[in-house]
Amino acid sequence: MENIALTEAVFYILLSLEKPLHGYGIMQNAEKLSNGRVRLAAGTLYGAINTLLEKGWITSVPGENGDRKKEYVITENGKKAVFAELERLRELVKNGEELTGGWNK
Amino acid sequence: MRKVIKKFFWAWDFEKEEKWLNEMSAKGLALVGYSICTYSFEECEPGEYTHKIQLLEHRPSHPESEQYIRFMEETGAEQVASYLNWVYFRKKTAEGPFELFSDIESKLKQCILIKKLLLPIGWLNLGVAIMNFANLAFNAPRFSWIPFINVFCALILFAGVNEINKKIKAYKKEMFIRE
Repeated sequence: MENIALTEAVFYILLSLEKPLHGYGIMQNAEKLSNGRVRLAAGTLYGAINTLLEKGWITSVPGENGDRKKEYVITENGKKAVFAELERLRELVKNGEELTGGWNK
Repeated sequence: MRKVIKKFFWAWDFEKEEKWLNEMSAKGLALVGYSICTYSFEECEPGEYTHKIQLLEHRPSHPESEQYIRFMEETGAEQVASYLNWVYFRKKTAEGPFELFSDIESKLKQCILIKKLLLPIGWLNLGVAIMNFANLAFNAPRFSWIPFINVFCALILFAGVNEINKKIKAYKKEMFIRE
């Protein structure tokens, strides 16, 4: 796995797609998970979804009951990317907390 | 009742145009159509809609654009008008803040697309101006204003490119420290 930092949009998209979900569902889920902090705009989300499809980190699935809305789900490679990102985030938090422990707030 | 208003915005002032459309919505007028400098409105609840304008890479009828517009519509936005590659979107204000982009890179890409639209027209005007000046100097029997008009158009377009470049520079600077 390449050593890259995922964008917040990509991280929340991947986290949202354990089960198939459409674009609007991803927006709502990201907002819910982050207690309203992360509001993915549709244009940004669209660009990120297309890039993730190209990279093979997510795949599109036919919507249920003839629903025209396209749904997406995470792939094995997508999961690997999430695990690698979690590893990186843990390192950031660990170093951040250790080194700022003595700082005045 | 339909109301038509003539108004002009430069392509690089799309944010001012959005602001104006939102002010019209606040007054109870919702955009329903656009063609050159002509805005058509219909009555709506005051402040019912928030507007956003986007320049697409292709015409709205292109399959890629259609796919994008459909995606926008799935998220609660609605296309109300289009002109060339420009698309006018609106969303019910009650559904929350309406933004097209939540990351700097997408905003940067949009600015680069607008620049790509303006720059060739600017160069074209400058080229035509030079040819017309040459023609004026060597062949034309009498004076003509046309090359001066071309120079004027080129200057305005380059001023617009300059405005967009300022935004591009600011976004690029921000991207060094955040998404």
